[in-house]
This record gives sequence, C-alpha cells and structure tokens, in this order.
Amino acid sequence: MIEIVKILHYAGYGFVVLGVLFDFFGCLGLIRLPDVYNRLQAATKCVTMGTCSIMFGVLLISGLGSQGIKAVFVIIFLILTAPTSAHALSRAAHIAGVPLCKRSVCDYYREDKVLRPEQMSAEEEKS
Amino acid sequence: MRAIRWLLGLLFLAMIVTWILISPPLSFLIRCFYIILLCGILCLYRILRGPTAADRAVAIDTLGILIVGFCAILSLSTGRSWYLDIAIAWALQSFIGVLALTKFLEGRSFDD
Repeated sequence: MIEIVKILHYAGYGFVVLGVLFDFFGCLGLIRLPDVYNRLQAATKCVTMGTCSIMFGVLLISGLGSQGIKAVFVIIFLILTAPTSAHALSRAAHIAGVPLCKRSVCDYYREDKVLRPEQMSAEEEKS
Repeated sequence: MRAIRWLLGLLFLAMIVTWILISPPLSFLIRCFYIILLCGILCLYRILRGPTAADRAVAIDTLGILIVGFCAILSLSTGRSWYLDIAIAWALQSFIGVLALTKFLEGRSFDD
C-alpha cells in the first residue's frame, strides 16, 4: 500500500514538471512566432495542456481529498472553456482585419467569405 | 542584426532558467513556481509590445490560464486547499472576460 502511494507521489511530481515545461514552451511561442494566429495556436494549446497536467499531478499527489476534487473540477472546466475562447479570439481577430503573416500560404476563411457569402450569412443567422 | 538579437534573447532566457534551476537553497516546487513566474513575465512582454489589439487579448487569455497553474503549485507547496478555489474562480472570470473582449473586437456591443 505504501509502495503504491509512493509511486503515485513520484508520478504526480513528474506530471507537474511536464506541465511546467509545456507552459514554458507555450509562452516562448507567444514571444517568438510572427503572427496573431500562430501565437494563438502555440499559446492556447500548450498552456491548456500544461495547466491540465499540473492539475492532474495535484490529483495524483494529494489523492481524492478536497484538493483532488477541486483539481478535477478545474480540469473539466479548462477543457470545456479554453478551446471556446481560442476559437472566439481567432474569429474576432479575422473579422477585425488583423493581417496574416507574409509567409502564410492560404486563408480558407476569407475564401469562404468571398466565394460563398450567402452560405456564410445563413450559417451566421443559424448560429 | 536579427541573429544578434535572437542570440541575446536566447542567452538571457537561458541565464535566468539556469539560475532558477541551479541556485541551491530552493525546494523543488519553488523552482517550478519561479519558472511559471518567468512565463508570466513573457506574457506581460507580449501585452506591452503587441502590435495589434488581438495580440494583447491572446496574451491576457494565456496569462489567465497560467495563473490557474500558479495557484495549483502554490496549493501543493503550502498544503492548503483553498488556493484551488481561487484557481476555479480565476478560470471562470478569465473566460468571461476574454469572451467580452472578443465581442468588443468584432465590433459588436455587449448586448448583442
């Protein structure tokens, strides 16, 4: 029994280190990448994964006490809300007219808006 | 010129990270804590220098999620569980704030 608790403890610290590394690389991408959309792609995915990993480490270390239950709630909440806010941010940046990076290849959203405006407006009315 | 700037920034970051990892009297969780503080400073740089408003909104979103992890490590290192209450409340507040910012960026008003 004590062995299992010890193994869970070390695994939890491993998840905390993994999460801190993911956070650091996400913020490095937020500094280095050339464009709003690239920055959003780097920052949101890496930082969400890193924070969920830290929370999973908290759950493994402290067991199913008050800390563990709260960590599970934070994981569920982050997985539900972070992609939503990232999607809304990219859509808002595109509508506000932020230009793409010069090296980017294609822009499907603008092509859809130019080529099929009726379908886009119908979808927006539906949503 | 670009390469020199890139190298200087890389050296600066590597210096800070090695100082955090090597400096003797800190415990393990406090080192993780300092690295997340460094990430927060990078986000603050993007908020300060961002060329457009969307960059700043992205950096604010990232900073909100970072502070949630920050509260988790604080709760581990002190052993108190109410730091995770702060984390839940901060995640909710940051989500609602970013949605309001996106509505503002799209050019709509708040009651659409």
